[in-house]
Amino acid sequence: MKPSRLNECGNWVLERFPVTKFWNDHMAHYYAPKNFNFWYFFGSLALLVLVNQILTGILLTMNYKPDAKLAFDSVEYIMRDVPWGWLVRYMHSTGASAFFIVIYLHMFRGIMYGSFKHPRELIWIFGMLLFVALMAEAFMGYLLPWGQMSYWGAQVIISLFSAIPVIGDDLSLWIRGDYVIADATLNRFFAFHVIAVPLVLVMLVFMHIVALHEVGSNNPDGIEIKESKDPWGHPVDGIPFHPYYTVKDIVGVAVFLLFFATVIFYMPEMGGYFLEHANFIPADPMKTPEHIAPVWYFTPFYSILRAIPDKFAGVIAMGGSIVVLFLLPWLDRCKVKSIRYRGGIFKKALFLFVLSFVVLGYLGTQPVTPVATVVARLFTTVYFGFFLLMPLYTRWEKTKPLPKKLTPAHSLEEQLHSLEEQLPAFIEEITTKPHHSEIGDSAFKSSFFSRRPNPEGMAHVITRLAQKVKGSLD
Amino acid sequence: MNNKGVDKSKRQFLTSALTVVGAVGTGYLAVPFLAQMQPSVKAMAAGAPVEVDISKMETGQLIRVAWRGKPVWVLNRTPEVLATLKTLDSELRDPNSEDSQQPPSSKNPARSIKPEILVAVGLCTHLGCSPTFRPEIAPSDLGEKWHGGFFCPCHGSWFDLAGRVYRGVPAPTNLEIPPYRYITDNLIIVGESAEEKSA
Repeated sequence: MKPSRLNECGNWVLERFPVTKFWNDHMAHYYAPKNFNFWYFFGSLALLVLVNQILTGILLTMNYKPDAKLAFDSVEYIMRDVPWGWLVRYMHSTGASAFFIVIYLHMFRGIMYGSFKHPRELIWIFGMLLFVALMAEAFMGYLLPWGQMSYWGAQVIISLFSAIPVIGDDLSLWIRGDYVIADATLNRFFAFHVIAVPLVLVMLVFMHIVALHEVGSNNPDGIEIKESKDPWGHPVDGIPFHPYYTVKDIVGVAVFLLFFATVIFYMPEMGGYFLEHANFIPADPMKTPEHIAPVWYFTPFYSILRAIPDKFAGVIAMGGSIVVLFLLPWLDRCKVKSIRYRGGIFKKALFLFVLSFVVLGYLGTQPVTPVATVVARLFTTVYFGFFLLMPLYTRWEKTKPLPKKLTPAHSLEEQLHSLEEQLPAFIEEITTKPHHSEIGDSAFKSSFFSRRPNPEGMAHVITRLAQKVKGSLD
Repeated sequence: MNNKGVDKSKRQFLTSALTVVGAVGTGYLAVPFLAQMQPSVKAMAAGAPVEVDISKMETGQLIRVAWRGKPVWVLNRTPEVLATLKTLDSELRDPNSEDSQQPPSSKNPARSIKPEILVAVGLCTHLGCSPTFRPEIAPSDLGEKWHGGFFCPCHGSWFDLAGRVYRGVPAPTNLEIPPYRYITDNLIIVGESAEEKSA
């Protein structure tokens, strides 16, 4: 058969540029474990949010003015007068919070299934660098609307650098480019936010993925699929990323976008958590708002800073809370990766860590009170205890035997089926039939809606659930 | 042509020399690139002194003026406040302002040239928030131990009405006192120190 013109054009390119090779290496012939669960959506979702931030960010720069006199008004102009400007701006501001939600869940997945362990230490390091770059990106972006919270938030964070002995004051002066947060600061933050940090982010994402595809993905069982291969050299428990996981990820994307759109259209400020109320007042260098707090995604670290009653030690503790995350691959001495086969002590420690992260996060949004300070100190200790005691408690861990092959995941159909079977017994337990009822027809009386709640049965269910949770922790 | 193989030592020398020259060049280029982010001449020149007229101030009143983009407070303290200040020493971290920043003329317990008039930079020495002025005694939110002062809402630092920091709060030193002097009895100029003028 004579090749068509189109084929010839295609071949002309392929002989000069290895598109097919790239596609095969990273998609069609990249074998991923077949038992990925929903925790594995967040990597691809992070990529989606990054693209969203870049696209909406480019559109925003077309109307935004990085000038202390014009910035606040230009954001209001985008919100009111630019066609669809409100949508683009809310997509960008909600995207920032969504980015951190996705990244925190992605990081938790890594800790839970041991994805940071040998041979994936470098993937974790690149990921942590991405996290730090993302925090810098978000922080500098938050100054740009030039509201009260932008201004005083930046004032506080840049002052952190002045706590460093000897060079601190000169360093913070150099970062600001003026003696206070001023036009010079806004302008350079714009440059960093729009050009410098995004370039770093994209480069790190590339390195993160190249490193991942070199050693292969981890999975919920935490065993290496490369250890058992079929005659063609493919992992027995692996399936090609495309089409299997591209299709699966599209489902994740759809669900994510459902939530994302709901926030954008119905609660873009998220009650002051995504866009803080004080930021709707233009920056005033003479007056700090009554209560200043960073955006929610920084609050756990901010709580640690506030908990320490010494300026330099506070800054060190806050920096340390990020640095210990980098060291995770070397702090955890347990050979078993996945939480499914790890000892109860790690499960309990991880639970306490998540609890401390959430509590510190909440406290960081609240004003300082003596009680809050004591609680913050307690949970700061828990936070650091999780990491610094890890070399000890992971050594004594009683792990379970690892499977040779991946354990198959339950399909949704099976789960629905078993749920359907259990439901009547469950309803029977938590409710009672009324002994006699005066009103209503007989059909209503015999139906589910005529039943009354049964406190005793509910207590049984809760006890069973608690026992199950406790059992899974041991 | 040399058939005896490659002279690795010459190659090594050239590689090292090139690396050194390259590093020096990069170093030279880094200086302007980094120095470019220092405050500009315009920003450095913007710190002109500010005059404050205190003739119309009532006792207990606080006014805010902007100097070098920072809030500067001028507070007319009552005799009761000045009496209270003397009783606080044991609760303060640096009652005699040994480690704090102020011109010599204000290095006294009241931290001012004239005892009743306090002039201070209204930025917390912790992380640069502007503390709130809370002259009342023992309000419900701050508790029994509050003798009137400045409270930083960001991280909970306490200062007395001379800008002196309490013990056990994050701020390390007392509030900064800017250089200032009296032109006349009722006219202060912030940004020029009394010492420079008399010298």
